Amino acid sequence: MNFDFSDDQKMLRDQARKFLAEKCTTKTVRKVFEGAHGYDKDLWKQVAEMGWHGTAIPEEFGGLGLGYLELCVVAEELGRALAPIPFSSTIYLFAEAVLAAGTDEQKKKYLPRIASGDFIGTFARVEGPGAVTPKSIRATFKGGKLSGKKIAVVDGMDADAAIVLARGSDEAGERGLCLAIVDLKGAGVSRRAEDSIDPSRKHAQITFTDTGAEALGKTGEGWGTTSSVLDRAAIMTAFEQVGGADVCLAAAKDYAMQRYAFGRLIGSYQAIKHKLADIYVNNELARSNAYYGAWALSTGARELPLAAAAARVSATQAFDFASKENTQTHGGIGFTWEVDCHLFYKRSRELGLSLGPQRTWKDKLVTQLETSNAA
Amino acid sequence: MDFEDTKEEAAFRAEANKWLSANAKLRGAKSSKDDLEEMENGSASGMTASKAWQKKKAEAGYARITWPKGSGGMGGTPMQSIIFGQEEGKYDVAIGAPFAIGLGMCIPTLMAYGDDEAKKRYVWPAVQGDEIWCQLFSEPAGGSDVAGLRTKAEKDGDEWVINGQKIWTTGAQFSDYGILLTRTDANVPKHKGLTMFYIDMHDPAVEVRPIKQASGGSGFNEVFFTDLRVKDSQRLGEVGQGWQVALTTLMHERLAVGGGQGGGLDVKELMGLARTLELEDGPAIKNASVREKIADWYVRSAGLKYTTYRTMTALSQGKQPGPEASIAKIVVASKLQDLTAFAMELEGEAGALKGEDAPAHGAFQMGWMSAPGLRIAGGTDEILRNIIAERVLGLPQDIRVDKDVPFNKMPSGR
Repeated sequence: MNFDFSDDQKMLRDQARKFLAEKCTTKTVRKVFEGAHGYDKDLWKQVAEMGWHGTAIPEEFGGLGLGYLELCVVAEELGRALAPIPFSSTIYLFAEAVLAAGTDEQKKKYLPRIASGDFIGTFARVEGPGAVTPKSIRATFKGGKLSGKKIAVVDGMDADAAIVLARGSDEAGERGLCLAIVDLKGAGVSRRAEDSIDPSRKHAQITFTDTGAEALGKTGEGWGTTSSVLDRAAIMTAFEQVGGADVCLAAAKDYAMQRYAFGRLIGSYQAIKHKLADIYVNNELARSNAYYGAWALSTGARELPLAAAAARVSATQAFDFASKENTQTHGGIGFTWEVDCHLFYKRSRELGLSLGPQRTWKDKLVTQLETSNAA
Repeated sequence: MDFEDTKEEAAFRAEANKWLSANAKLRGAKSSKDDLEEMENGSASGMTASKAWQKKKAEAGYARITWPKGSGGMGGTPMQSIIFGQEEGKYDVAIGAPFAIGLGMCIPTLMAYGDDEAKKRYVWPAVQGDEIWCQLFSEPAGGSDVAGLRTKAEKDGDEWVINGQKIWTTGAQFSDYGILLTRTDANVPKHKGLTMFYIDMHDPAVEVRPIKQASGGSGFNEVFFTDLRVKDSQRLGEVGQGWQVALTTLMHERLAVGGGQGGGLDVKELMGLARTLELEDGPAIKNASVREKIADWYVRSAGLKYTTYRTMTALSQGKQPGPEASIAKIVVASKLQDLTAFAMELEGEAGALKGEDAPAHGAFQMGWMSAPGLRIAGGTDEILRNIIAERVLGLPQDIRVDKDVPFNKMPSGR
């Protein structure tokens, strides 16, 4: 049994934690949160210099080719720091989609630029409120031209290109769906920034009008590719969520060890102790589910979709709970703009929605259980 | 990351399997109902078979793998003990539930505090399963607050005279010996006036009465002592040091009780039920609210399973497991209660039936009736949360109003 990260991977974690503690404090997060810029350019550049962008990108495409366990290690640290950079959009989504469905030429075109930090990518799926289903996709990609509107595109204002889920033929349902890569700086693209609950991850609405774009994979495979890219991204995001949840627990604990009420440290009251114990339990469950996801990701195991859904649901629940109860433990001061509780509260909800809500993932999870008989 | 044995572990697993297949048959599927019945009635049935299997294991050194050779073990690692347990579970053998408390808690305490003569006399018969031990700590006035116990031991020459009552004693009805925590000085604060003994459960001054549980079963007992006389040589540790001795026992309890079981009722069984039932809008398994619940409980079960893998990894690498091992019972017990109640909801009015009249042979009803006990036994949910908060997170202890008060000056309610 070797269900843990290796010593080298733990060293990478320590190094990443130290680096981010210095370069990405919540002051850094607030600059983006409260500012007009979509991300922290200095941090993005420095992270690229550390080589993190290329962690799982093969060497032949300019990456380090380390692997997904290492990428999960990095993800946890970025999650702890609430790093305000377009890392997940570019690495977990764009790069993964190109790796999954791209031609050799497309990989050569995008991956080296991603690895060096010179390129920001994103993935545009959503067109309106409610569930994202094959039926909900109305954007079209026909004859090399993309038309339609996408909303809530994370990092959409700053991305150089987007992978867009669209309808490539008139066939109904999944069979008509395809993916297109579109240059967001070209003609026929109009974007506007959308207000979001977590401005440290900026969202955009993007409208395409007969925009030139290239196909990524074949029509009929768009939904399947999207689904497997989301599975992989969900595991890496679960590490970000687990990282964030652990910081919330530590913050709640620190406050409970300083704050007095009725002549005692509030941390000595069971109302607080039991709350924090519950956060701990949820965080450990989420961590263990995330580890299993990391294992599935790194080995390409058949269990990956189930592992991804479990990691996703567990981590979303843990971060939601930890961030709201951290705020609650702080009391009134926790509801001020000045104290960091709300940064985590907002990030937890944003991450919990950005790859699809729990409802969707829970249904996916049970579908996997039904077919695998793994329960 | 992988789930493979190391070379040494694989060799040990093969060796264990060789021994097991030479001494037992592979078993068929065991129903969740069997597991529950075991939980309900303290596995009193099948004692002869349990004892016989325990003896075989003891002779081969498998009864206490981690104990040193010469005191009933084979000087193995905790990981080997886990591996043997995994393999043993595949065979049709009476796994030693009646020995768990004696070997997991009582005998380690005796080994730590007993004299050489006692160790020589008691350890091997317990390892072999010839003699069964129970732990006599909890009292009507001392459950979560064990140190509030009142059973009195008074010195009389070279003997002690013991009067009082214990409760929730698992296996007392078939035990030969027990370790007994008593109050020897009521004039000092509660933790300081305790002393530990081991006693003969067959002494006529000891009376065991089974407790009928709310669930209907009887896995626990009340034990009464009326002028029970024990020799001073049966004392474990110094007079007044009983609390320290008890902590040794309880530390072993954590390892012995481990995860705690949900009686084999989990997501798989719930899905099995949901596949057979029709709701207002079609098959239960297709109902969104049912699926959401299944997913919620699955991530807790899976999270726990992989947490165990993390613990095993630490053991496999010869490290001390992290504190994450302490979350198991909190998760399992309340999940059992919620999941079984939900299953009964799905069954509708028929969910109010039990036994063979109920759907699924009444498995969910049985689990639901046992669940309150599981949330209390071996540390209540509340005490376990205190333990996580204090020992894992490092939060301060609650204010103890009884800390410096002599025991006999302490207020006591009902």
